[in-house]
Amino acid sequence: MLKVAYYPGCSGQGTSLEYDTSTRAVCKALDVELMDIPDWSCCGSSPAHTVNHVLSAALSARNLAQVEAMGMTKAATPCPSCLTNLRTASHKMDDPEFKDKVNALLDVPCKNSVDTQSVLQVLAENVDPELIKGKVVKPLTGIKIACYYGCIMNRPPEVMRFDHHENPMAMDNLMALLGAEVVPFPLKVECCGASYGIPRGDIVATLSGKLLDASRDVGADAIVTACPLCQMNLDLRQGQINDALRENFRIPVFYYTQLLGYALGIDRAELGFEKLCVDPRLALGRIKQPQQAM
Amino acid sequence: MQIFNLADADQGFIDEVEARSHQNVKNCYQCGNCTAGCPYTFVYDYSVSQIMRLVQTGQKDAILKCRSIWLCGSCQSCTTRCPNKIDVARVMDVCRHMAREEGYATERSVKIFADSFLESVERHGRAYELGLMASYMTRSGRVFTDVDLAPQVLMRGKLPFKPHPIQGREQVARIFERFRKGGKNA
Repeated sequence: MLKVAYYPGCSGQGTSLEYDTSTRAVCKALDVELMDIPDWSCCGSSPAHTVNHVLSAALSARNLAQVEAMGMTKAATPCPSCLTNLRTASHKMDDPEFKDKVNALLDVPCKNSVDTQSVLQVLAENVDPELIKGKVVKPLTGIKIACYYGCIMNRPPEVMRFDHHENPMAMDNLMALLGAEVVPFPLKVECCGASYGIPRGDIVATLSGKLLDASRDVGADAIVTACPLCQMNLDLRQGQINDALRENFRIPVFYYTQLLGYALGIDRAELGFEKLCVDPRLALGRIKQPQQAM
Repeated sequence: MQIFNLADADQGFIDEVEARSHQNVKNCYQCGNCTAGCPYTFVYDYSVSQIMRLVQTGQKDAILKCRSIWLCGSCQSCTTRCPNKIDVARVMDVCRHMAREEGYATERSVKIFADSFLESVERHGRAYELGLMASYMTRSGRVFTDVDLAPQVLMRGKLPFKPHPIQGREQVARIFERFRKGGKNA
């Protein structure tokens, strides 16, 4: 069984609770053991790196040192923002001078021996697609999905080292494997407006509005994402976007783990569909019952 | 059109941006690829390729006063697509660091949001979403920010009412303390 240190990220305790619970459930079902990093702290997220890069790296490196204390070298997080911070910290600490500055801020120095990946990468690169296929009890046949990766899970490629930086396919392949119809989505890696929802809601309305518009154009019943911030901007703020743009979008926005869990027949309580703001029932209703799908 | 006097170039500024970003800004040949892919140009006062040009020509005041550096979302499009492999997003970040250090806050609400977020992390060890919203609204005076979302968020149990303080929160607080003592050279 594959074991990785698990970094849930702050939003997993609040606004993206359903991403955390569904991630844990699908990993368990696919024999990937997620071992919680004891007493993990915030990675610093976007605000820290906009203030100072050493501060940002130190907030991340405290967690990498915690992973090292577990005797592990591989960590995984569902959140691309955490991922970016943890990986960028490691990348910059390859420079010994930078690493010294980071360690000067820490109680416990970080050796920089941990490779952090997204949970999506762990699943895509370590779990045999045939094994996943064999465990599907409710194929996603009948639903049309636009896969949206967000801007930072794959970029810049020198740091992120996963999938393609302009046309990532990991989620597309996974959703297709589960039986969904994956529609070509041209804005896979365009920014949703990131953390500007609160200070500059107009930016999120414009950028996330473009994503919703494009997903409607390609005929998607739903958007699938891997990022808590993207999901929040597209789902929770969809009403604000409609008001700002005089639009009438009603496009549900799932975490990929929710649909993976659905296909694997995981208990609905762990998937948290009721946490989504845009009602997903119409989209889920498009999935044909297994006997019809044969 | 705005005209900049190239004789006013602040060489110390150019050197500092290069040293702190570890990038050679002279490699930029103004192809505009960064601007072509930048999703934020619509709210910028200078496009990202213009920022690169202003850095190259040492226009310190124009850069530190501008709006763009506060509104960059760090989406990495510019960095990923630069044909000369300049980490453009890192240059934007460094300009923002320098603007902060010199007391600029051209996009005040963006700065307040970042400050509120980090204050929450310093206090609890993790970001406490409800607390940082309250802090943001108090400091910015924008007390109605996102109140329209409150029913949805609360009904779905998306925002815990209490922070999740961690045992190591003092370790996290010490990271901030040591950083403040070290200043920009931390």
